[in-house]
Amino acid sequence: MLAFIGRRIGTLFVILFGSSFILYNLTAISGDPREQYKFATDEKSQSALRALVRQLDLETPPPLRYFKWLEGVSGVFYGKLNFGVTRDNEDVISRLSAAIPTTLKLVTAATLTAIFLGIALGIVTALRQYSRFDYVVTFFSFLMFSLPIFWVAVLLKQFLAIEFNDFLEVGYIDVGWRVVLGVLAAVFWAGVIGGSKTRVAKVAISAFVLTFGILTAIVVLKWFYDPGLGPIIVFLLSVGIAFAVTAISMGLDNRPALKSSLSIALITLILYYPLQYVFDKYSSWLLILALAVLTISTATLISVLFAKIDRGAVIRTSVITSIGCGLVVILDRLLNTWSEYLTIDGVNGRPIPTIGQVNPLLTTDDFWIVQLDTVVHLILPTVALTLISFAGYIRFSRGTMLEVLNQDYIRTARAKGLSERVVVVRHAFRNTMIPITTIIVVDISGVIGGAIITERVFGWSGMGTLFNKAISGYDLNLLMGVFAVTATLAVLANLVADLLYAALDPRIRVGNRL
Amino acid sequence: MSIFKKKTSTLESAEIDAAENAIANREVQGLTQRQIVIRRFLNHRAAVTSLIILTTLVLFVFTGSGFHVGPWQVPGWWKHDIDTLSDLNVCSEGRLGCPTLSVVPKWLGGDGIALGDHPLGQDDIGHDYLAMVLRGAQRSLMVTFIIGTVAGIIGTVVGAIAGFFAGRIDNVLMRFVDFLITIPSIIIGSVIGYHFGNLGALFLAFYLGLFAWTGLSRLVRGEFLSLREREFVDAARVAGASNNRIIFKHILPNAVGVIVVSVTLLMSGAILLETALSYLGFGVIPPDVSLGLLISTYQDSFTTRPYLFWWPGITIITIALSINFIGDGLRDAFDPRQRRKVTLKERRIRLFNRLMRKSENV
Repeated sequence: MLAFIGRRIGTLFVILFGSSFILYNLTAISGDPREQYKFATDEKSQSALRALVRQLDLETPPPLRYFKWLEGVSGVFYGKLNFGVTRDNEDVISRLSAAIPTTLKLVTAATLTAIFLGIALGIVTALRQYSRFDYVVTFFSFLMFSLPIFWVAVLLKQFLAIEFNDFLEVGYIDVGWRVVLGVLAAVFWAGVIGGSKTRVAKVAISAFVLTFGILTAIVVLKWFYDPGLGPIIVFLLSVGIAFAVTAISMGLDNRPALKSSLSIALITLILYYPLQYVFDKYSSWLLILALAVLTISTATLISVLFAKIDRGAVIRTSVITSIGCGLVVILDRLLNTWSEYLTIDGVNGRPIPTIGQVNPLLTTDDFWIVQLDTVVHLILPTVALTLISFAGYIRFSRGTMLEVLNQDYIRTARAKGLSERVVVVRHAFRNTMIPITTIIVVDISGVIGGAIITERVFGWSGMGTLFNKAISGYDLNLLMGVFAVTATLAVLANLVADLLYAALDPRIRVGNRL
Repeated sequence: MSIFKKKTSTLESAEIDAAENAIANREVQGLTQRQIVIRRFLNHRAAVTSLIILTTLVLFVFTGSGFHVGPWQVPGWWKHDIDTLSDLNVCSEGRLGCPTLSVVPKWLGGDGIALGDHPLGQDDIGHDYLAMVLRGAQRSLMVTFIIGTVAGIIGTVVGAIAGFFAGRIDNVLMRFVDFLITIPSIIIGSVIGYHFGNLGALFLAFYLGLFAWTGLSRLVRGEFLSLREREFVDAARVAGASNNRIIFKHILPNAVGVIVVSVTLLMSGAILLETALSYLGFGVIPPDVSLGLLISTYQDSFTTRPYLFWWPGITIITIALSINFIGDGLRDAFDPRQRRKVTLKERRIRLFNRLMRKSENV
């Protein structure tokens, strides 16, 4: 095992060396940073040119210059990493360390949503193979595959941001639209739940009534201007989460699991008002982190109290429930900030921005307003990135799930008389997750460098912007800095994926694979 | 959870499986592999529709704007081309260059079905927009096709050599593939596009193809690695067949499914890569046009002149979507493990059988 990892890390260095050498020379021979001075003869340009040549060491031929660059990079082993300077004489490392957090902020939410939604939809379509729902989702996933992201971005800017802001100024949804949305919800849920005809009808009707009712309530109560969930809805949502999580992971028959999840929902209700006080007084990331730790440990404690057998699974169920409840409480707190956010400078009642990563006129340093500002700026890029990338997860998880469902051990599980839930969740889903996990690892490493277009469309300045700048200015050191980060992450992710694969799937032994 | 509700009992579904297999076997009796594949593909409705749409689109685009064959220019049937400027037509509310296409018939209160002089409108200075979209689509299709061909050939050759000879050759080739895979395709594309973009779209496509084959070669290698261990290869070798013969006559025909499917998927990725590069300004550069370039030029006119934004976008989506569906159909056609979609006729047969069984039980 250790020998395997050692050998792989060795190969990894060779690969990184080779690809960086290729890229360095490819870029160097294909363009010259001196180009803008080509026809300049005046003394000022000449001295600028000389300074540039000295600064970027352009007298040295590229293959030799590469090794000088490599010498700086190898400083990573003794704590003196040096990527050189950009053509504006800035340190590449400082540029990178400013850009990486921005990119992470941009892609994290989208990646997580895409993975979660994609896998969920993929599994459901696999279970309902060749149903109408399957066809619709398949069509949409192919459509998403075929969309250029900047095209989606323009549409989103128009329909999600501008029209929504216009709507807020009017604050009214037509009855016709409410009916349309209700019907859409009915069709969607009927497709997901499926079953006999009466069941489908029941599901469709309740989905329609629920959607129409909620929309009407929103319109009548002018909810958009001062949104919030309030203790009652927070409690109802928590109970819903508790039931859903328990039903999927343990089954509702498992009383200890259900009891412990429901008590977490109850605790959420009891703590609702005290939490509001705490949020108003001492809000910071530290507090959120502390609360998260507290939530998870409380959930563990409660499930240990309730469960006599199968403790691990009950703990897992309760922890997932508690995380869900925590997110609902935070969402509620963010929504409560909304009405105040609407009135501040630079928002003026039009909260969804089409571009930028922060409201430049924001003066307050109130924790929740700042967070809400980030959230609204993230909405469009997140939706766009999610739409584009979750199609892949749908296709992949659907395919894998179908393959797993055709395996003999699934037949055995059914023959043993296990319930369909246990067959799907414990036997099929877990085996489906093995290849998906490895794909996820590689994808996550890819998103750091991969949001080039999204960043440009939505005016964020992260890694993609740096990369653009580097390419169009022949800024070799900057380009290599970006490349070093993305390529290292990519090869590391491949290694991690291989190791994970071996760890998750006992049929595979890493030693034999190379 | 009702998601988990079983529709049929296990026993019943096993019987249905057996019945389905019997039907499937009867359907393929006496047919060659190629006939089976073609028949399966034709059964895939979405794929066939997409194939028809794509063929129509290709014909429409290439005959519409004309094309070069060597030094000769084949003229297209569309009266405008991308270089001629005509006067901006003035339409209602004093706006300029709006589309003359109208599809609402007179009896519905429209202007009647007519193409007009500039069906898709004109750009700022009077170029005909239909001519530009036609040329853009032509460029995008050619780029896609060239990337697909170049990458398809290199990927297949490298994958086949690595998979067939295995051992050291495989190791060297696959490490080389690892080199290339570490560099994200958009980075390669931008570097190439930025520095070779001025050589024209087709050279750009060629260079992009030189880097786009890595994923394909891995798949082909895997296929070759598993096929070379099969009995029929041993049999051929014992019979004295040369390496060439084994590769071209025995292994390649069996691997052709994987190759065809991955090349189609590669092409649908390629068209998006080209549009993305043109959007970033590293791809096709003016005065040449491509669909990505058109969208990026007119993305800000969405509210004022939406037709400048919609047409190129819809064309890209149509191309990419139909290639994806064709790829899906091919995968289903080549993969015998894939359970076929049950047609209405078979469903009727199945229902009939079930009813018969019930009456027997009674």
